[in-house]
Amino acid sequence: MNSIFEYFADIFHTVKSLLTGMKVTGRYFFSPWEIVTQQYPENRKTLKMYDRFKGEVIMPHNDHNEHRCTGCGICETACPNGTIEIIQAKIDMPDGKKKRIIDRHIYHLGMCTFCGLCIKACPSDALAWGQEFEHAVFDRSKLNKTLNQPGSSIIKDIVE
Amino acid sequence: MNFSIYDFTSFNQWIDKFLNDNLPAFWAVAVEMVIIGVAILLFYALVGLFLVYAERKVCAFMQNRVGPNRVGPYGFFQTIADFIKLMLKELIYIKNADQLLFNLAPFIVIIASFMAIAAIPFAKGLHAIDFDIGVLYVIAVSSLGVVGILLAGWSSNNKYSLIGAMRSGAQIVSYELSVGLSLITIIILAGTMQFSEIVEGQRDGWFIFKGHIPAFIAFIIFLISSTAETNRGPFDLAEAESELTAGFHTEYSGIKFAFFFLAEYMNMFIVASIAATVFLGGWMPFHVGSWAGFNHVMDFIPPFVWYIGKTFFVIWVMMWFKWTFPRLRIDQLLTLEWKYLLPINLVNILIMAFIVLMGWHF
Amino acid sequence: MKEVINLPVKNVEEEEYHINMGPQHPSTHGVLRLVVSLQGEIVKSLKPHCGYIHRGIEKMCEKDTYPQIIHLTDRMDYLSAHINNHAVCLLVEKALEVEVPERVKYIRTIIDELNRIASHQLWWCSFGMDMGGLTCYFYGLRDREKILDIFEESFGSRLLHSSYTPGGLMMDIHPDFQKNVKAFIKYFRKKIRDYDDLLTGNMIMQMRTKGVGLLSKEDAISYGVTGPSGRASGFSCDVRKHHPYGVYDKVDFREILGTKGDTFERYMMRMNEMHESMRIIEQLIDNIPAGDYSAKMKAVLKLPAGEYYQRVEASRGELGVYCISDGNKTPYRMKFRSPNFSNLSALDHISRGVKIADLVAIGGSLDYVIPDIDR
Repeated sequence: MNSIFEYFADIFHTVKSLLTGMKVTGRYFFSPWEIVTQQYPENRKTLKMYDRFKGEVIMPHNDHNEHRCTGCGICETACPNGTIEIIQAKIDMPDGKKKRIIDRHIYHLGMCTFCGLCIKACPSDALAWGQEFEHAVFDRSKLNKTLNQPGSSIIKDIVE
Repeated sequence: MNFSIYDFTSFNQWIDKFLNDNLPAFWAVAVEMVIIGVAILLFYALVGLFLVYAERKVCAFMQNRVGPNRVGPYGFFQTIADFIKLMLKELIYIKNADQLLFNLAPFIVIIASFMAIAAIPFAKGLHAIDFDIGVLYVIAVSSLGVVGILLAGWSSNNKYSLIGAMRSGAQIVSYELSVGLSLITIIILAGTMQFSEIVEGQRDGWFIFKGHIPAFIAFIIFLISSTAETNRGPFDLAEAESELTAGFHTEYSGIKFAFFFLAEYMNMFIVASIAATVFLGGWMPFHVGSWAGFNHVMDFIPPFVWYIGKTFFVIWVMMWFKWTFPRLRIDQLLTLEWKYLLPINLVNILIMAFIVLMGWHF
Repeated sequence: MKEVINLPVKNVEEEEYHINMGPQHPSTHGVLRLVVSLQGEIVKSLKPHCGYIHRGIEKMCEKDTYPQIIHLTDRMDYLSAHINNHAVCLLVEKALEVEVPERVKYIRTIIDELNRIASHQLWWCSFGMDMGGLTCYFYGLRDREKILDIFEESFGSRLLHSSYTPGGLMMDIHPDFQKNVKAFIKYFRKKIRDYDDLLTGNMIMQMRTKGVGLLSKEDAISYGVTGPSGRASGFSCDVRKHHPYGVYDKVDFREILGTKGDTFERYMMRMNEMHESMRIIEQLIDNIPAGDYSAKMKAVLKLPAGEYYQRVEASRGELGVYCISDGNKTPYRMKFRSPNFSNLSALDHISRGVKIADLVAIGGSLDYVIPDIDR
């Protein structure tokens, strides 16, 4: 007799547990306002990344096309992947000395692991995170970026 | 011609008369067959495509997603795009496969579902063929599909496919019993196996209401076992995506895969329409006792709409099963059938027979 | 003359056949290859083949300075990236005898626990998917997004943060951090009921997991199965309790221990750990002391020559970091004791005699992350 009772108790519990599960999915089916999907390319205009979002490494320039990079190369050594390549140039100073300045600050986005060590290491705060995240390109060479803009120069008050 | 969307009988007779007047008797029959064939083929393709779309949308909404929404408004043409893609895909040649059986299997699966659809009454008079053993015919034909699945699994020469096919074989052999027995419960109540008469018998109330609790239990058992029979929902052991990658159709590609895919959805449509016809009154509108006004409004909705509505409701319930439950294991699947569904079903038939004998039903 | 070859006649019923589960298979969660010997549907034995995603992280560590190693540890067990970072940071801090500010300890503990919840949520998704309930996958991911948003707001990335550094944090937490964490806990306490309704209480799931894949306490210890999988067998192995780091010695939490060690217990361990993690966070979130977010560190870190070992409780078990330093700025040798590797070694033992479907469920309950196995 006991086993018969158990047989029906089993059926009852199973049906009850299954209905509980169905209640969850059924509730979400009838509450479309709980949909969490973002319609990505359409919401591009309203899509706002967080301020600290690590999209890519950038070198901020001011209105006079000036940056803060001295070309010291600390970011190059801090980078674990060889992502940053600094090409220096020598210019003649008015007093006859030669001075090293940055010629090109090359950033290989394809190799970057976004660890942030270059930005932390930079003594003159020349690098920062950019919020751009749409990095897909058809040609890999387009991922090699020169961070200092052409014709840019260093802000005067940066002390080496 | 006296044409109405509530009764297609006169429309059929008019076509029949028109053809017979203008053609010899043999050609008239031939043309009628072609018309029916083309109509069913079109219906089949449309419903198949729509069901794939519906499944995606339903599961998306259950999972807090939007579902397909890129091709056409609300992604409505997504399945058409997918179908074109499948047609253009390469049919991969399997070197060690049994070529004849490998190519034959998708056709067997899809033909089985084709044959079943012929006997289903869509509305009054909209009926390809009205057997007096309609229910038996549909059960027999719909279980032919498993032959195709077994062949597909065997001939692919892939261990995953073989395991899937073997599971499917064991599953369908077991669950065919429950499908048959739960339909027999209603056949006892209806006293006929002819679909048109079963529907006619529900004019004053659907069988699920007329047959008290036994009919309701039979309906639940039919839902469970037909879900299992179509290899869907928690019973999709034959394809068991997380275990057997894709089960019996692992090796199929392109249009041959599309056949399996389409057949799965059409089988679901077929069992749903049987459930709607046998338990929920087919194309009969919903009537409540003596509420004349309400009944009149219900009568105004065309029978075809009633039929489609009921069928899609059952399909929706089956999708609900699929997107809620985890998959059963093969031994639990057989335990469920042989230890629970079958005994309950047999007792249920006895109770139903007793009720009919005593005349306790409505 | 034709030579007659006498093939050994085998009894068909005893014959075993092999299937390759993986490297491309939906249920191995990555590129793990399991060569499974089957008899019908019953697993006779299996052999895991690792190495498909071996990247030589331990070797790469030998050329990197200590701050640079952090970003490699992210990529071992990517689902508990913060906790991996924590292990290396603690090791360096221990070797250099640096005292990190209290604020850092509090924040690290909170972030670790958030990471643990996120990791267990993804485990729940994939476990549900292994069982065949696809809907679980989306519910878990939906809630995991909330945690990832919190991480992104503070540290800028969602999965591989590299936000700890020897001595402290790369950057301070966002001003909204506390508010958002509290909102998340309120949200998740509500949503975790869905998890229970959908999968935990489900009879099909319970029938499939109860009494399947038994791992005794002795076996758990001898195979070195740690984390929730080991605790399900009754093996008290919570590093947070036994060797507290961070501020785990100041918070009140239970080490949940199982008794049977079956798949269901392993499942329940993780579900309960999510509740415990939320309790830990609730105790800490309002008490974060003010202060600096990083200790003063030298520009170039050189560990004194010697051997160091540090363990933390990662979301899948005990993560150990062993380091030999010869006094240079890069380690001489680095070795990670990854929890998943040990947990995987028990898979053959516990899945003998079960069906394929159970093997998938056991694999899901052990919750292995392949990049952590191969490193």
